[in-house]
Formats: sequence, structure tokens, C-alpha cells
Amino acid sequence: MSLRHVLRTALTLAALALAPLGFGAIDTYEFASAEDEARYKALIDELRCPKCLNTNLSGSDSPISADLRRTVATMVQAGEGDQAIRDYLLARYGDFILYRPRVMPATYALWFGPAVLLLLALLIVVRMVQRQRQDAGPAPLTDAEQAALARLANRGGQGAE
Amino acid sequence: MSRTSLFLPLGLFLVMAFMLWRGFALNDPHELPSALLNQPLPAFEKTRLADGAPVTRDALLGEPFLLNVWATWCPTCKAEHAELNRIAATYGVPLVGVNYKDNGPAARAWLARYGDPYRLSLVDDDGSLGIELGVYGAPETFVVDAEGVIRYKRVGAVDRRVWEEEIRPLLTRLGLPLETPKA
Repeated sequence: MSLRHVLRTALTLAALALAPLGFGAIDTYEFASAEDEARYKALIDELRCPKCLNTNLSGSDSPISADLRRTVATMVQAGEGDQAIRDYLLARYGDFILYRPRVMPATYALWFGPAVLLLLALLIVVRMVQRQRQDAGPAPLTDAEQAALARLANRGGQGAE
Repeated sequence: MSRTSLFLPLGLFLVMAFMLWRGFALNDPHELPSALLNQPLPAFEKTRLADGAPVTRDALLGEPFLLNVWATWCPTCKAEHAELNRIAATYGVPLVGVNYKDNGPAARAWLARYGDPYRLSLVDDDGSLGIELGVYGAPETFVVDAEGVIRYKRVGAVDRRVWEEEIRPLLTRLGLPLETPKA
């Protein structure tokens, strides 16, 4: 293998290794503490990009997401609470912006539906098991039936030549 | 298996049909209901695109007006522009522009070239007024009443249908005297 070959391979591998770094949000904000930074990251993960149908702020490259990340960062730096930041965006962009929907009549089905379905499924299973126990196999034969069965068995044994 | 459970598939079908019907009835999932409807127009301090003079929220109030978010980088804004020119010229509608995340000289050149239907345009180069207004894509158009309350929001272009069916009746209801077009 020539030197050129080795060099080219090394360059290709380096390019491949660096390629993933080109994706995702790359803006950097300075925070006073690691907690603030964690809060910022949690918020941009659970807030939704209003321009996209299914991407959070941290995963979106759209300009509006960059603006909203900046807004969130500025509010975190100013010491605003998580709920205050959510409420600020909620007042402007509506419920769409929240990936974790609020509990209200319109979202009851969303919040409580799964639990209700699970309960329903449990009820059905319990009833099925109960029913299976109730009619577990046929009732034992009466004496008369036993006698009839013996007769039939005898006749079958003789007849089957 | 009891007789009633025979109806289970039918029930499932009806539930699915209802959900699909609701799902597909959302004709445009991009259209979000505006959280700002019937809320006061947020306060701001911006400058005028034409000459950089300061403009505040209260300076705009007094009569109902249209607030239109536009930018030179936005193709739909260009498509919409002819209709804005038409309604401004024909009906004398007070139009205020928000030049959203744009470049000043380019925006002025754009208005010089395609016509300027706006009484004035506000410079929102950093998009901060856009965030206050819950803007997520230009063009967006708001109807603001004389007291400064947002009464209507349109995401996407204002075309003749939207003007005739939605905005014009609303402006009339809000008591804005519109010039009658010459036949």
C-alpha cells in the first residue's frame, strides 16, 4: 500500500468520524451553574418547535427554534423558573408548544385514557378467568350415564372386528 | 362467546372511523390556533423601516388596522403582496407592516420595487416582536381593533377570498369606515 493510499484512507476515516458533528443545534450559551444548563437542556427538549410538526426545540434547525432557544436561554440566565418560561411561551404559541400537555378537560382522554383502558383490560381478563373456572370441564356422569357408557363400550369392543 | 360480544368488531370500527374522521378533518395541521386572540397587542419599542424613527405600540392605536408580518426572504409574502397593494389602494385599509428578521436596505428596495401598501413598517430584525406575537412563519396577518386588542389572526397569505370572507366583514364590524371601490 502506497503512502498516498494510506493518507487517503486516513482522511476518509477522519471525515466519516467528524460527519455526525454537523447535525443538531450548535448554539452555545453560558450559564451561571450546571443546574441552569441542565434546566435549559430539559426545557428545549420538552418544548416543541412551532414550525415543525414533530420536533422539539433542541432537535430543530429552523430559525424560529433558534430564536426560541435564545429566548429560553435568556430567561434561564435571568433566573426565571421553569414554569414561568413554559407559561411565557404558552401565552404566545398556545398548547402546541408543549410536548407535555396540560391536564384539562380536552386532554383527560390523553392523560387518563391508558389507565382506563388498562383497568378495562384487567376486568375483562378477570371475568374470563372466572368464567373458565366456573365451567371447568363437563360435569361428572351420573350413575345411569356411567352404565350406559359401559354398555356402549362393551358393544363397540365386540362389534369392531 | 356471548351474543353481545359479536358486536365488538362493529364497535371498534365505529371508534376508528370517528377518530380517522376527526384526524383528517384537520385540513392543515400546520395551522395553530392563536393563543393571542382577544389579547392585547404586546407592547414594543421598534423603529420605522423608512427612516429609523422610534415607534411604540400605543402610537399605532386609534382605529382598527391590519398588522402584516412580512420579509423579503419569504416567497409567500411576495405572492401576497399584490393583494395587500390592492386592498390598501381600493379600500384605504390602514396596514402596518412588521419587517420580520430581514435586512433593512433589501426591505426598502423590495417595497420600492413592488409597491408599499403600508402606512409604516416596523423593523423587527432580531425577531423579538415576532416571538411576542407568536409568529412562527411569515406571512402572518393580525386584525387589531381601535383599543389594541387582537381580534383575528391569519397564518399564510391573505388572498381575495380571505379578504372578502374574513377580514373585510370583521373590519366593518369593528367600525372601520372602508372606502367603497369604484365600479
